[in-house]
Amino acid sequence: MTISWENYSSTDSFDELITPGGRARPGSGKIVQYMRRLSDEDLRERRDAAELAMRVMGITFTVYNEEGEGGIDRVWPFDIIPRIIPAREWSQTDAGLKQRVQALNMFIGDLYGKQQIIKDGIFPKEVLAQSVNFREQCMGIKPIHGVWAHICGSDLVRDDKGTMYVLEDNLRVPSGVSYMLENRLVMKRVFPELFEDCSILPIDGYSTRLFDMLASLSPRPADFPTIVVLTPGIYNSAYFEHSYLAQQMGVELVSGSDLFVGEDDCVYMRTINGRERVDVIYRRVDDLFMDPEVFNPDSKLGVPGIMRAWSKGNVAIANAPGAGVADDKVVYAYVPEMIRYYLDQDPILPNVPTYLCMDDKQREYVISNIENMVVKPANESGGYGMMVGPAATKKTHKEFVGLIKKDPRNYIAQPTLSLSTVPTFCDGNVEPRHVDLRPFILSGEGQHVTRGGLTRVALKKGSLVVNSSQGGGSKDTWIVESGGK
Amino acid sequence: MLLSSVAERVYWFARYVERVENTARILLVNNNLLLDMPRNSTLGWEPIISITGIPDKFFENHKEATERNVMSFIIMDAKNPSCMLSSITHARENLRTSRAIFPRAVWETLNDLYNYARENKSAVLTRRSRYDFLRHVIDSCHLISGTLSASMSHDQIYEFVRMGRNIERADMTSRVIDVRAENLLPKNDEELKPFDDIQWKSVLDSLAGYQMYRRYVHVRVRGVEVLRYLLQDKYFPRAINHCLNQVELCLRNLPLNEAPQYALVKAQRMVRNARVEKIVNDSLNDYINQLQLAFIDINAELTSSYFEGREVSTAIYYGEPAVKETA
Repeated sequence: MTISWENYSSTDSFDELITPGGRARPGSGKIVQYMRRLSDEDLRERRDAAELAMRVMGITFTVYNEEGEGGIDRVWPFDIIPRIIPAREWSQTDAGLKQRVQALNMFIGDLYGKQQIIKDGIFPKEVLAQSVNFREQCMGIKPIHGVWAHICGSDLVRDDKGTMYVLEDNLRVPSGVSYMLENRLVMKRVFPELFEDCSILPIDGYSTRLFDMLASLSPRPADFPTIVVLTPGIYNSAYFEHSYLAQQMGVELVSGSDLFVGEDDCVYMRTINGRERVDVIYRRVDDLFMDPEVFNPDSKLGVPGIMRAWSKGNVAIANAPGAGVADDKVVYAYVPEMIRYYLDQDPILPNVPTYLCMDDKQREYVISNIENMVVKPANESGGYGMMVGPAATKKTHKEFVGLIKKDPRNYIAQPTLSLSTVPTFCDGNVEPRHVDLRPFILSGEGQHVTRGGLTRVALKKGSLVVNSSQGGGSKDTWIVESGGK
Repeated sequence: MLLSSVAERVYWFARYVERVENTARILLVNNNLLLDMPRNSTLGWEPIISITGIPDKFFENHKEATERNVMSFIIMDAKNPSCMLSSITHARENLRTSRAIFPRAVWETLNDLYNYARENKSAVLTRRSRYDFLRHVIDSCHLISGTLSASMSHDQIYEFVRMGRNIERADMTSRVIDVRAENLLPKNDEELKPFDDIQWKSVLDSLAGYQMYRRYVHVRVRGVEVLRYLLQDKYFPRAINHCLNQVELCLRNLPLNEAPQYALVKAQRMVRNARVEKIVNDSLNDYINQLQLAFIDINAELTSSYFEGREVSTAIYYGEPAVKETA
């Protein structure tokens, strides 16, 4: 059996590759045609080749869990059918993301500065007052280029009408970019001929862009800056990515104990040559653990005095401590307003309609429509503590109504979106599976958006949960110029 | 640029790999030696505990040093913090956090060894399967050293591998001499005289040195000559003199080397100037103790120069330890 796209149908959802009539969407023609020509055996061969490539590279994908007997090596499932976005459409998304992150950075700077947006009545003071990610210690600090969120991972979803929405912005320590890069390497090994035929925009410049962005933050711009990646250590689930990025950029991967703050309030690393000054820290440690002198005093992951060094401008930290204040699902609801307020522009990318439970009217609406809502706590990530109304029981609905009433500021609700689908291999067949997309936006002296991003796919039929811990996998994402080469 | 923490892990990784290999060889040799000794000989498995383990810890839990007890204590007993399994685990932990700088094959070999040792450890309890197990452990360690030597840049990081390996070797050679010699020295026992040679040969075997000794020393295996060879030979890789000379070469390629060099030279003098005949007859035990203290000194100086992270000061001069970072 070869793939018959005529029989492929994604009911109720927008499919990224195939129209409801079974035809290829713009940009997808080549690959759809190509896959039609492959026999069952060919397909299986390609899938096996991808699996093998993953396993060989798999050492690098390893997640260690030393609690059990000797550690479990996990490989994130990968699907060989790519998700395709035409370049023309992507350039809009690209512009929308830049606009969004620019406004977010201005917002964060404003909150830690004059708080003009509150004075002007656009953003309510109460929301800020109850934000768990607001760091008082950052008041009055002005990071270089006015940028706080240097690396942002925004999650995009498409609804049944084909509109792309921003679902959330990850401004603390967004991860996943290494999978995006590795997925492309696997695809090049498995489908080299497609890369000859299609104009797929390359993505492998990311590490260089990241390095350049970090270098642009250096407090000593005249010298060759010393950049480090600060990791919480081997037991962190994203450790692979930390070490991968350090290697790709050719910089040191350090733990908190490798660094110290000197009597001159500069940050140094301990080397066999003695101390060496550090200019830029790409930190993958949550800000509450960064400086035991200022935040969590028990933290062993951080560096005592690093906030002092940072506030004096002796070292750059990306993302800046305190940037997480905008990584809050209530704050999210105000992003379109921020764009109008700070940039005097209309938002290019829309938000998913969001109801704030702190508002009496909106809360009433949420409670009376609870079975159709997705309810999320304001400050969690990774899909924790949320409820998908249509998939939940009556009991859970009740439970969440209780939670909302108890702490309205901490909850938002959104209508359940029918996420778009992409054809995916499942037990020898090709079936539609739901996806989202996480592009990464770099902001330093200038801005850069990855071409595409990490496409996560829910491998369980009908599931909307794409998280790796809950049966999610990933796909390569192709931004394709139409017309081919 | 080399982070202190990376240098430290690399150094200890190399020490543990070397320790695992040496332990395996000592067990193998003792195994063979015992087959040659008369039934009622005092020599047994007890010396092995003294070489590789902590005798007190052992006798807390065992009345007798039987073959089975000793084997299990040295290979896998959780009550023995320096058992072979835990050395393999420590080597692997150190490597894991510095994997990016080593050839991938090294990680794979060590990981294989780790799994093999955990799965097959009980093989050492029976004489028949013991040989294969220990042989496999030794071969894996050689594979790691060989891969490092053949496919890793011989840069500063590699110097820490070599230093770790050589200091561990020197230390192990001194322990083997110490324990063996103690068993051999009460030489009034006429009955055991015929076995004296066998035992000295086994000392050389424990250090994989019998063949080399025969080629270079040209006299039959005699206590004094064996000691002289193991202490002062320049060419034999497990002779203490050779090991220390290797460390000397490594230190030349490293910065801030004054303090460790100072400690090293002290040990080198002790070895080169040793009057072996005299030592054998009246103070071998003392001498070896002094020597081991000198090794501990070298290790301590390496630790404070390279692993703890000092401030660079242009004012550092010979013999004066650098100012320790206190911030």
